[in-house]
Amino acid sequence: MRSVKTLLASAAMAVGFAGAAAAEDPTKVGFIFVGPVGDGGWTYEHNQGRLAVEEAFGDKVETVFQESVPEGADAERAITQMALSGADLIFTTSFGYMDPTLAVAAKFPNVKFEHATGYKQADNVSVYSARFYEGRAVQGHIAGKMTESNIIGYIASFPIPEVIRGINSAYIHAKKVNPDVQFKIIWAYTWFDPAKEADAAKALIEQGADVILQHTDSTAPQAAAQEAGNVITFGQASDMSEYGPKPRVSSIIDDWAPYYIARTQAVMDGTWESVSTWDGIGAGMVGIGDISDAVPADVKAEAEALRDALSSGEYHAFTGPIMKQDGSAWLADGETADDGTLAGMGFYVEGIEGDIPQ
Amino acid sequence: MIRLEKRPSPSRFWAGITPILAVIATMIVGGVMFWFLGKDPLEAIRTIFWDPLFHETFGPYSRPQLLVKAAPLILIAIGLSLGFRAGIWNIGAEGQYIVGAICGAGMGLAFYPTESVLIFPAMVLAGAFGGWAWAMIPGILKTKFGTNEILVSLMLVYVAESWLASVSQGLLRNPDGMGFPGSRNFKDFPAAHNAEIFANSGMHWGVVTAFIAVIFAYVLLSRHMLGFQVRLTGEAPRAARFAGVNPTRLVLFCLGISGALAGMAGMFEATGPASQISIDFNSGYGFTAIIVAFLGRLNPIGILLAGLLMALTYIGGELAQLMLGLPAAAIQMFQGMLLFFLLAMDVLSNYRIRLTRKEATT
Repeated sequence: MRSVKTLLASAAMAVGFAGAAAAEDPTKVGFIFVGPVGDGGWTYEHNQGRLAVEEAFGDKVETVFQESVPEGADAERAITQMALSGADLIFTTSFGYMDPTLAVAAKFPNVKFEHATGYKQADNVSVYSARFYEGRAVQGHIAGKMTESNIIGYIASFPIPEVIRGINSAYIHAKKVNPDVQFKIIWAYTWFDPAKEADAAKALIEQGADVILQHTDSTAPQAAAQEAGNVITFGQASDMSEYGPKPRVSSIIDDWAPYYIARTQAVMDGTWESVSTWDGIGAGMVGIGDISDAVPADVKAEAEALRDALSSGEYHAFTGPIMKQDGSAWLADGETADDGTLAGMGFYVEGIEGDIPQ
Repeated sequence: MIRLEKRPSPSRFWAGITPILAVIATMIVGGVMFWFLGKDPLEAIRTIFWDPLFHETFGPYSRPQLLVKAAPLILIAIGLSLGFRAGIWNIGAEGQYIVGAICGAGMGLAFYPTESVLIFPAMVLAGAFGGWAWAMIPGILKTKFGTNEILVSLMLVYVAESWLASVSQGLLRNPDGMGFPGSRNFKDFPAAHNAEIFANSGMHWGVVTAFIAVIFAYVLLSRHMLGFQVRLTGEAPRAARFAGVNPTRLVLFCLGISGALAGMAGMFEATGPASQISIDFNSGYGFTAIIVAFLGRLNPIGILLAGLLMALTYIGGELAQLMLGLPAAAIQMFQGMLLFFLLAMDVLSNYRIRLTRKEATT
């Protein structure tokens, strides 16, 4: 009896695979995640995007995901297996998946791929990212106003343009409201490692920082700040509101849902094309989390005005005059940065101390 | 009171059968866990152990991938097992793996874009040299100053990781990469690419080297004087000294060979499956190999099988995530159970459990 059952089960599975290509079947959308879906930050928000796709399309869509995929040789295998399992559209949601995504895409010309935060496109590979630096401008403004020690700690992940852009944007806007402000930057060399992130936060607090900005994904720095008391933080990638109203006073929220839904729709309609998307607050890809009551009302109003100006496009986060760290001119008065320079940003702006690690 | 009493001579039969019992126990307890997670336990077990080998869609791709995943584990574990047998504890294979990768890949990239058949062999030598040199640091510190090789080799892993971060953003960074970290992709540099020897077979030079290392270690341990010395030092250090074993030479030999093999594994991985030096291309093979070495009972053939078994649980675990939606943490727990049961069974085959009255122990 049992053997008949398993036989039937395997036959049903085989039929399922054979039918994966048929038109009536649900569109299968896959996600490759760098951290666990419960990280409370980067991967959590991508997974929220996945759930939004399921909600939007119901039975017409099937989603699969694989979490905690290392950014090395394992990534290529994970993506290949997902393509083999019949996925029509695969989102690879970390920078380190760039070359593996391209390699697998070349072997599966009929599967569409979307790589987050990279720069290499192909006929069936799109790239997408968010203008997180707009959110960093708002954070910088609040941080500059709120700090009493004038020391702002920054937990950076990897010295890639996206992270450097965030540091520059936060610094420029903190400096604008508080000329005495000083940034202390710790490179954690990880996107998600609660122990390392907590150590970095504690080290920064010991060095006198009373504001901690983080470009890593866990809530460990929030917990460290809460323990230290009188230190404020900002949620990263996700709202992290469980640490509000203090230490967490606001946040940058990644909202991938509209993009994921639009791209899934495009695959269903057969209108999918390889594109490069870089959206910010205006398009809703970057959200500013609720500014808590720990922030004085006037500062809150200014921060919200800044957010709205960034959203409408009337203000650009990199507006001259801005000099580079080495003192050479970058942007003239009133000039705004072009996307090419921002995409490959490998320098600090004037006033930041220390060097970008090489 | 429960007491463990060493069996005078552990049964060979039980020693041989415990790994199989451990796998069965893991399937049962793991199955219960999957059942609690709301999945069909039989389907989950089948997905992990059967589908990577025989599934009609995944099998043809996964079978060669088993070799790819197992090769670095086996190569590193073979080297480690020699030292472990002699009581020389190289815990820093991960560091030697990274340094080997940097040296091997760096050697190749230095010649970009020259096409010559000599480049790849030079890279293999550079990789082996890098790993060997990194292992010589704890080796020389131990033999000259009596430092503890466990601590020194482990700490050097973190040094190697920082060095890897540095070269991926500086020295070896792809000049055409728009400032992003990571080296050139070796797929675009055929002379230095550790490609598959036959297409879709998974056989790259690292796999070949791993098999050679298994045979080499087997012959060394069973037929060669040095192998005898390694075993003797582990089993009876005093007797070894009387038998004229030179401890300094043995420490340097064991650390050197394990470093060189780990370095080669790193080089093959960086220029083949990973095909790029990047900030975290290393995914813990150096640490997992320690488990593989013990899972294989420090025996070359055992290590070969243990490496393949570990690779199977990795790839099967990925499939279970993908097809059944099992969380990654459940898969890691499942792997942990396998090791736990193996060690537990080992205790039972080497010791007998005695229930004794409390006063008897005082």
